[in-house]
Amino acid sequence: MTAIRHLSRADAHVMNRSALTRRLVARLPDDVAVVGGIGHTHFDLWAAGQRARNFYMLGSMGLAVPIALGVALAQPRRRVIALEGDGSLLMQLGALGTVMAARPKNLAIFVWDNGAYQITGAQPTATSAGVDLVAIARGAGIAAATWAADEAHFEALVELALSGDGPLFVAARTDNQPPAGTTDRDAARIRMRFMDALKQG
Amino acid sequence: MVEPTAARDVETWDATVVRVLKSHDVRLVAHVPDKVLAPLIRRLVDDDFFTVVSPAREEEAVGIVAGAYLAGMRGIALMQTSGFATLPNVLASLALPFQLPILMLVSERGTLGDFQLAQAMVCSTLRPILQALKIEHFAIQRMDEVEFVVGQMIRQAYATQAPAAMILSPLLTARRGGIQ
Ligand SMILES: Cc1ncc(C[n+]2csc(CCOP(=O)(O)OP(=O)(O)O)c2C)c(N)n1
Repeated sequence: MTAIRHLSRADAHVMNRSALTRRLVARLPDDVAVVGGIGHTHFDLWAAGQRARNFYMLGSMGLAVPIALGVALAQPRRRVIALEGDGSLLMQLGALGTVMAARPKNLAIFVWDNGAYQITGAQPTATSAGVDLVAIARGAGIAAATWAADEAHFEALVELALSGDGPLFVAARTDNQPPAGTTDRDAARIRMRFMDALKQG
Repeated sequence: MVEPTAARDVETWDATVVRVLKSHDVRLVAHVPDKVLAPLIRRLVDDDFFTVVSPAREEEAVGIVAGAYLAGMRGIALMQTSGFATLPNVLASLALPFQLPILMLVSERGTLGDFQLAQAMVCSTLRPILQALKIEHFAIQRMDEVEFVVGQMIRQAYATQAPAAMILSPLLTARRGGIQ
C-alpha cells in the first residue's frame, strides 16, 4: 500500500487529462472494464483508443461510479475502473459511502480534478475553492484514497488498481487543455459492444 | 371447525414479490428505504440469494442496477414516490437511450389517506413523469395481482429492453382486513 500517500490537493502536480488517460489505457489488460463519466472524461477515454470494455456514460452526471459499482458487483472477478470528473463527483458524493459499504475489492475510482466544469464553459467547481476530494473519500471510509503526486506515482497507482484490493480512490489534478477527441455517441452501439465484451473474458 | 383465512398460511405481498424476483433471477437489489417497503427489504436482506445495496439516492440505485445489467446480472431499484420524483434525468439520459431494462418497485405514498401535503403533491408527479417518458407502469392493488403483474412486467422489461415501474398501491399495502 505504499502507493497510498498522505498528500493534500496542493501537493499534487497539475497534469494533463488526455496524457494521463492514455497512460491509464496503455496499462490496462483487455479484460478490465472502464466506465467513463460525463464531461471531457469520456471524450479522452474514447480518444485514448476505443476498447470494447469501455462504457461511455453520456448524459447522467455523477453516475459513473454507481454504474461501475453495479458492474463490479455483478462480476466480482473482473477489475472495474470508474473515471469521473470533479464536478460530476461533487454532484453524487453519497456514492462514495455506497461504495465503501459495498466493499467491492475489484473497483477503483479515478477522478480528474481540473477545478472546473470544463465542458460547460470552465466555470469553477468547489474543488477550486478548496474542497479536497481525497479527504472526502477517506472520510467516506475508503482508506485506500490518495492524490497522484505526479505521472510516475499515477502509473504506480494504476498498477495498484490492477493488483491490489479495492475499493481504491485516486484523484489527479489536471489542467484545462481541451480533450483529444469527441466520443461517438451512439448509445445502443456503446451498450451492445460493452455487454458483448463483458460476456467474454 | 374451519379457521378464519387470516390465521392460515397466506402469503403476504412482500413474500410473493421475493418469490417472483427469484423465479426471474433478479438478484441485485438497490433500495432507498420506505416504511411500506420495510418488510420486503427485511426479507431481501435476510436471503442470501440477493445482493442488497443501500445507496444514498435513488439515482445511484438506477446507476447500480444499470451497471449490473450491463455485466449480466438482473436487478431492481426499490423506492417510494418521492424517490421516483428524483429520477427523470437518469431515466431519460441512461435507461432509455441505452435501452436498459431497469426494474423499479415504487411504493405509492401521498394518496388514499396520506397526512402529508408534501407527499401528496409529489405523488401527483408520478404518472405524468412515467407517461412523458413512455415507461411501462402498472399499479398493483390486490394480492391476487402481485404474482402476475410483477412477473409479466419483468418479462416484458427484458424482452423489450425497456425500464418498468411496478407501483405498489396503498390498496395492496395499507388496506386492512379483506384481501390484503
Ligand atoms: C444533472 C445535470 N446537471 C448539469 C448538466 C450539465 N453538465 C454536463 S457536463 C457538466 C460538467 C461536468 O464537469 P466535470 O465532471 O468536472 O467534467 P469536465 O467538464 O471538467 O471534464 C455539466 C454541468 C448535466 N448534464 N446534468
